Amino acid sequence: MASEGAGNELREDGADVRAEVGALPDIGRREAGGWLVPVAAALAIAALPLVLSPYGQDVVVRIAIYAIFALSLELLVGATGLVSLGHAAFLGIGAYVTVLASGDSGASLALLVPLAMGAAAAYAVVVGALSLRTRGVYFIMVTLAFAQMAYFVFHDTKVGGGSDGIFLYVKPVLAVGATTLLDLGQRVPFYYSVLAALVATYAFIALLLGSRFGHALAGIRVNEQRMRAAGFATTPYKLAAFTVAGALAGLAGLLLAVKDGAVNPELLSWHESGAVLLMLIFGGIGSLRGAVLGAIAFTLLKELFQSEALLGPMAGHWQLTLGLTIIAFVAALPRGLIGLGTRVRGLVSERAARAATAKSP
Amino acid sequence: MSAVLATSTGPREAPHSASLLEAIGLGRRFRGLAAVDAVSIDVCVGEIHAVIGTNGAGKSTLINMLSGELAPSAGTVRFAGHDVTRWSQPRRARAGLGRSYQRTTIFAEFSVLENCRLAAQASEQRPWLVWERAAHDRRGIAIATRAIAAAGLDGDAGRMASTLSHGAKRQLEIAMCLATAPRALLLDEPLAGMGAEETGRMLTLLSDLKATHAILLVEHDMDAVFRVADRITVMVNGQVIASDVPERIRSDPAVRLAYLGDAH
Amino acid sequence: MDTATFLVQCLNAVQYGLLLFLVASGLTLIFGIMGVINLAHGSFYMLGAYLAFALAPWFGDWFVTRLVVGVALAALFGYVLEWVFFSFLYERDHLQQVLLTYALILVFEELRSLAFGNDVHGVPAPEWLTGGFRLGGLMEYPWYRVFASAACLVVALALYAVVNRTRLGMMIRAGASNRDMVRGLGVDIRRLYRIVFAGGVALAALAGMVAAPLSSVYPGMGSSVLIICFVVVVIGGIGSITGALIASLLVGFVDTFGKVFFAEWSGVGVYVLMAIVLVWRPEGLMKRGF
Repeated sequence: MASEGAGNELREDGADVRAEVGALPDIGRREAGGWLVPVAAALAIAALPLVLSPYGQDVVVRIAIYAIFALSLELLVGATGLVSLGHAAFLGIGAYVTVLASGDSGASLALLVPLAMGAAAAYAVVVGALSLRTRGVYFIMVTLAFAQMAYFVFHDTKVGGGSDGIFLYVKPVLAVGATTLLDLGQRVPFYYSVLAALVATYAFIALLLGSRFGHALAGIRVNEQRMRAAGFATTPYKLAAFTVAGALAGLAGLLLAVKDGAVNPELLSWHESGAVLLMLIFGGIGSLRGAVLGAIAFTLLKELFQSEALLGPMAGHWQLTLGLTIIAFVAALPRGLIGLGTRVRGLVSERAARAATAKSP
Repeated sequence: MSAVLATSTGPREAPHSASLLEAIGLGRRFRGLAAVDAVSIDVCVGEIHAVIGTNGAGKSTLINMLSGELAPSAGTVRFAGHDVTRWSQPRRARAGLGRSYQRTTIFAEFSVLENCRLAAQASEQRPWLVWERAAHDRRGIAIATRAIAAAGLDGDAGRMASTLSHGAKRQLEIAMCLATAPRALLLDEPLAGMGAEETGRMLTLLSDLKATHAILLVEHDMDAVFRVADRITVMVNGQVIASDVPERIRSDPAVRLAYLGDAH
Repeated sequence: MDTATFLVQCLNAVQYGLLLFLVASGLTLIFGIMGVINLAHGSFYMLGAYLAFALAPWFGDWFVTRLVVGVALAALFGYVLEWVFFSFLYERDHLQQVLLTYALILVFEELRSLAFGNDVHGVPAPEWLTGGFRLGGLMEYPWYRVFASAACLVVALALYAVVNRTRLGMMIRAGASNRDMVRGLGVDIRRLYRIVFAGGVALAALAGMVAAPLSSVYPGMGSSVLIICFVVVVIGGIGSITGALIASLLVGFVDTFGKVFFAEWSGVGVYVLMAIVLVWRPEGLMKRGF
């Protein structure tokens, strides 16, 4: 989670709060570089179109959309400790609602964003209210089941276009009167819109995590019993996190629908839900940067394994290589890539400390 | 130890003020087995009411029903004049019924300060104010600091809770309780695993607290119980066999037979 | 709907439910005793179906022999799999178990693809089980389906007998309610786990073998059965065999009659059932115990 700078507040007795607050570990855990790293990364991504081909930009946009998806799940898994195996449902609902609401003549972004996020949030509230009556393994299974239910609605019934899905005929625009402010059908505006959405999502979740609400979620993750004993009704908190996570996944779904120009039921499949969980564990649970890193790593890995140019005939059997890689990765690096960074830093500081003590008599 | 005993002013009397926390005919069955059977007990402000009994006597079940974690099969629980039998644990906690656990239930990953600040947040949650930083929660931090001082943990505020000694963790457990500004405290074996010095400190703390709180104490440490309790209730097999001031409990033949053993 | 059709649908529902029960009982046993969430359980069902396909040319009409051999092979496979893979999952948290077993599905799917390709295969029912019996008027109920139900019922009874009447069963029941205690009592917990796991795999594979002539053999058959089994376990309660049986039959009826009355919305029926149970009794129908 991104660290926050404490202001110079004075306590009632005049002492500087910052000294105390700076000692709060875990939440507001200081990640290397503080705010600098995410800002620098955003600027770098903004500059990429100068050097990347349209295909390369395409890949970046795809990764960015999945990063939003992963961040939304991080709020649930990393911050609150709720492992959901049905998060793809909200991605899919956001996507389908976008396409369905666009109809034949397209629709305004000002309508589609609240609609897509709202629909995803609505399903999240219902699913959440029911699923949160269970815990642990049950919760995992129930969230999966509800995602499967949504899958069947889009796959079997006339709501969606069946197993083939539906096309998005006109991409959304943002217009005021007769002037078009933003046309997502154009490559450059779309690129920067997705980047803006990613930055906004990241900043919003970081904000959330540093707030009282976020700290309460962390408390629920670490020791729900104690939270209840202190007087927190934990279920509404969990439900709120579940709903916000669902809404943000809906946003990712909208962007995905616009990017692909189509939706199909596989967006709600459990392969998709499993993939986003994998992104989190690749990057490292409990870290926003990890979620983004994981999205990058997973997408690139999948591209790699499916690339015939690099792997020849094995590319057709990418599930095997991916599966084995996942097993090796989870077994060896349970804390993900971020954990690797922490471990390296730990080793470095350990060595420095030892060198320092070696010098003193 | 004799110094502490010397401060007690003769045989203690049960307090007369109205009880803050009261259980009437409380019972709990588990598939036909009565873990707690028709237990009535009350605690008033200004007293420490200890509950003792052998393992399996139903003390944990009783405390869980009082705190709201377990629904009773029969009976009612009253707190501050309200019938709270149907209230959830968080609701009771917000009304002023605090609880500590036998197995240390703290937030190991957080600092001592954050542990208490989070507990203090419970009484003024306002989660919708997402732009406000928890780290700047002046009210919470002030309450937490006071609670930490009251529990004797000053100087440890910045430490990560998992690095505390066992005794300090138990103190933190109490500090977290205090941070929620309770009026009644349910303490489940707060002295578990403590050495003599830590026990003394904890008992002094409890004696200090009792003036303004109603304290129900479940404990196995008999010396400690007789040092500090104003009333003692003895449970055997889910039922209350005696409830009185310590001196009369000590000499009660039924209690001696069932629990203390005739050798005393 | 006339009586004959109704009867046929009921029989179908029971048959489907019993098949589900076989798979779900393995799943719930593994959950309840080892505490491992295993997404790859559906793959064992698929394994059974493909075994039926692969063994068919070797055994011809010796159907029951084929079943026995297939189950034995599956049990062996399960025993080894527990040894080299699953035993490492017990200490890991749920998220890691989910992801590791998910990865296992990918591996199994691909191995299946390499071994058998991606086509849909039919598995014929044995000669002596073809045809059916008249059920009022024009309806004919296939003998094979009767056999399938009967086989599942026999296995269910055997399972009940083992769990409730043998020492192994006693250890299983004890392990389900208190793992640490069983370990403390000196039972070789690792052997117990391995046997239970192998049993779970064998049950799922048997279901797959029995189902093969009914539903053909196709990629992805594991996933569809798995999620339904999750629903069964949620409704019936983890670790409960009786719960799994009741829940399986319930699901069987909801699904079968759902297809008749609600056509395209039938896929949703099972989940609505789950939602109802969640509202009414979140811990499952049977709560704890067998």
